[in-house]
Amino acid sequence: MKVSLRANPLYATIGVLASLFAVASFSYEGFFSLRVVANLFTDSSFLGVTALGMTVVILSKGIDLSVGSVIGFTTILVAYLVQDAGVPVPVAWGIALVIGVIFGAGMGALIVFYDLPSFLVTLGGLFFAKGMGFVISSSSIGIQNGFYDAVLDFQLQVGPGAYLGAGALAFIVFFVFCVCLLKWSRFGRYVYAVGGNEDSARLMGLPVDQVKIGVYAFNGFCSALAGILTTLYMGSGNPLTGVGMELDAIAAVVIGGTLLTGGIGGATGTLLGVLTFAVIQTILNFDGRFKPAFLRIAIAALLLGFILTQRALARGKE
Amino acid sequence: MLFPAESTIRIKSIMSNDSTPLLKVRGLSKQFGSVQALSDVSFELRAGEIHSLLGENGAGKSTTIKCITGVHRPETGTVELNGQLIAPRSPREAELIGIGTVYQEVNLLPNLTVLENIVLGRVKTNAFGKIDWKDARNRAKSALSKLEMDIDLDATLSTLPVAMQQLVALARALEVDSKVLILDEPTASLDEAEVENLFRVMNLLRDKGIGIVFITHFLDQVFRMSDRMTVLRNGRYIATRDAKELSKQDLLQDMLGKAFEEMQSRAGELDAIAADRAGRKVQLEVRGLGAPGMIDSVDLELREGEVVGLAGLLGSGRTECARLIFGVDKATTGTVDLKDKRVKQGVPSESIRDGIMLASEDRKAEGIFPNLTVRENIVIALQSRRGPMNPVPREEQDALAKKYIAAMRIKTSGPEAKISELSGGNQQKVLLARWLAAEPKVLILDEPTRGIDIGARAEIEKLIESLSEDGLSMIMISSEMDEEVRCCHRVLVLRDRKVIGELQGSAITESAIVRKIADHE
Repeated sequence: MKVSLRANPLYATIGVLASLFAVASFSYEGFFSLRVVANLFTDSSFLGVTALGMTVVILSKGIDLSVGSVIGFTTILVAYLVQDAGVPVPVAWGIALVIGVIFGAGMGALIVFYDLPSFLVTLGGLFFAKGMGFVISSSSIGIQNGFYDAVLDFQLQVGPGAYLGAGALAFIVFFVFCVCLLKWSRFGRYVYAVGGNEDSARLMGLPVDQVKIGVYAFNGFCSALAGILTTLYMGSGNPLTGVGMELDAIAAVVIGGTLLTGGIGGATGTLLGVLTFAVIQTILNFDGRFKPAFLRIAIAALLLGFILTQRALARGKE
Repeated sequence: MLFPAESTIRIKSIMSNDSTPLLKVRGLSKQFGSVQALSDVSFELRAGEIHSLLGENGAGKSTTIKCITGVHRPETGTVELNGQLIAPRSPREAELIGIGTVYQEVNLLPNLTVLENIVLGRVKTNAFGKIDWKDARNRAKSALSKLEMDIDLDATLSTLPVAMQQLVALARALEVDSKVLILDEPTASLDEAEVENLFRVMNLLRDKGIGIVFITHFLDQVFRMSDRMTVLRNGRYIATRDAKELSKQDLLQDMLGKAFEEMQSRAGELDAIAADRAGRKVQLEVRGLGAPGMIDSVDLELREGEVVGLAGLLGSGRTECARLIFGVDKATTGTVDLKDKRVKQGVPSESIRDGIMLASEDRKAEGIFPNLTVRENIVIALQSRRGPMNPVPREEQDALAKKYIAAMRIKTSGPEAKISELSGGNQQKVLLARWLAAEPKVLILDEPTRGIDIGARAEIEKLIESLSEDGLSMIMISSEMDEEVRCCHRVLVLRDRKVIGELQGSAITESAIVRKIADHE
């Protein structure tokens, strides 16, 4: 039997997503519609972008706990710049993205040059970014801005009553970009190589250090982008936004079949993982009987299932 | 060529003639801390030759290779490729100037495809940064065709057997037009047919004018494959010789040095002791014990009070054999009986309960508990044998500690001193005391004197002798051949993971052991 380990967890994710969607479609009237599908993308745009960045980090056998705090920091930074400092929106976004990249690259450099565990460095990053967010403002700042209104008004109709907003479109474009990056670019393949076996990658002459720093810089970019999408979605900035989001992102990546041991998985799986999150959330919206906390419990069950599947696959490989 | 930016450090392949060697290593020295790993090592590799680099463990083979490939920087010495001085700063640079290395452990990426493993790091991209897979595929194909091998380029590497993975590593090295190939223990994990295939490929490459540095512990492979061989010993260059002119005797003389010459004659008295032991009752009976990749079926009858040595070069299967008997590793075939009681396979705690114990080679990692006292270190095995529900009373502990400190002359401020305060030799004695306190029937000693000074070594040897007189059966492994000669009543000689001979009594001499290793075909 020739089953590729790379594709196998993906099948499991597709199965789970499809059956969730099917069951919901039969149970709730109006669930099976393009509108619901379009909303899945809209609702999960910022989690999606974060999870895609996290995918790249996990593929390289790292972890980044700072993303939630960086998202919170970015929302308050953008809100402050736009609302209080009067900076044009595109410039504010540019500043946020650059800071995200620099912040990520800095953590990557610490991990590489001092050979530190990514878990600890990014845990430090989590506290630092959260603190910096509160330095800017400890309370929410609303954004009233013509540019924001224009962006929010932009909607692409994809079917009767189904619209993709700017955030959803950004997520989809970014997803396609990540698929190409991971599959077709040197950087992408090096990420898999580093995650597969760092020592081998080094002996094979691959630029391991640059790749690792690049991975965290890329994820810093993703977090900042997710933060910007969050300001669009919420119309405000708040340093408390994104708390715990790093864990949602990690869960989505794992449910998407990317192995925490690195080197196996990909962006497509993560998209499915994020959509699984969104489907469960939508079911909760459709069905008042479930408490919101049910989302976490369902995610817990899924995570356990996927970890056990991965373990079984890893055993089979040996 | 492939990378315009990198072509500056790529040396265009220069036709090499016989006067300039392909690779010329001169006077390499390298120090790690206070250890002189290499001193003044030189050798030359010609185009189209297979050149073996030989030496016992620690002789400096790997360090030499790592200095050539840019993993380490030598303190002194030069490396020339085709007459040009080179000093690669990383394996990548070495690869780019034409020195490819295939390591013992396959250093590839198990999660990626064969194709990627061959070309990754050297792929072309278009203006958008997209990898040109078509070009990559062609190059990988042509590299594999050099090996006359057909491997599915899209297979995930981890799905291939190790031998195939090794050939992929070779293909990777060839893809850059390597002029020099370094093969570091490539045959260590291959079966016979796979070794044959590798040798076929090596001959093919040699005929294409590639210079191959071949490192292996298997001596018959050395004689079969190499044109010339260079021997290192203790980090020093000893000699380079033509394979045709060299006998295995001479080679072992080069590799082992003085140890080879030291002949100890132990006369009639030894034969008498050996004969006495051979006449006693069988304590341990091992039948057909083996596991793939560790050792082929071993038979051994160990009698009461007998000391049997396992002799052989590193990689011959000495330690593996001991581990199988003790049960740390699980044997796939064979049985171990202790006085007619079958010992359960692969469960060390069962072996200990039955009375088979292993004093391990690596005292620091597997032996002592540095934070515990001498007394605690001594009673711990006894405690584990009796089980957690049955604590050894404190008075008994004190008595045991006192007894062994006196009997073995352990130099310590007292039984309550921490073991980490003791010298290496005395720690070793405490370890021995630990096993003795647990009253073993068979004690396996793996390198009992490693890293301790000569005085302590003599005391431990004396201890082994008196334990034997008291009727304890022992299996001893030592890379110091003279030690086995002095301590053992019988020696099994191992080579290439097989028992190839046996010596008894006064017939046990270093030269006899070495001759057995060398002459065996």
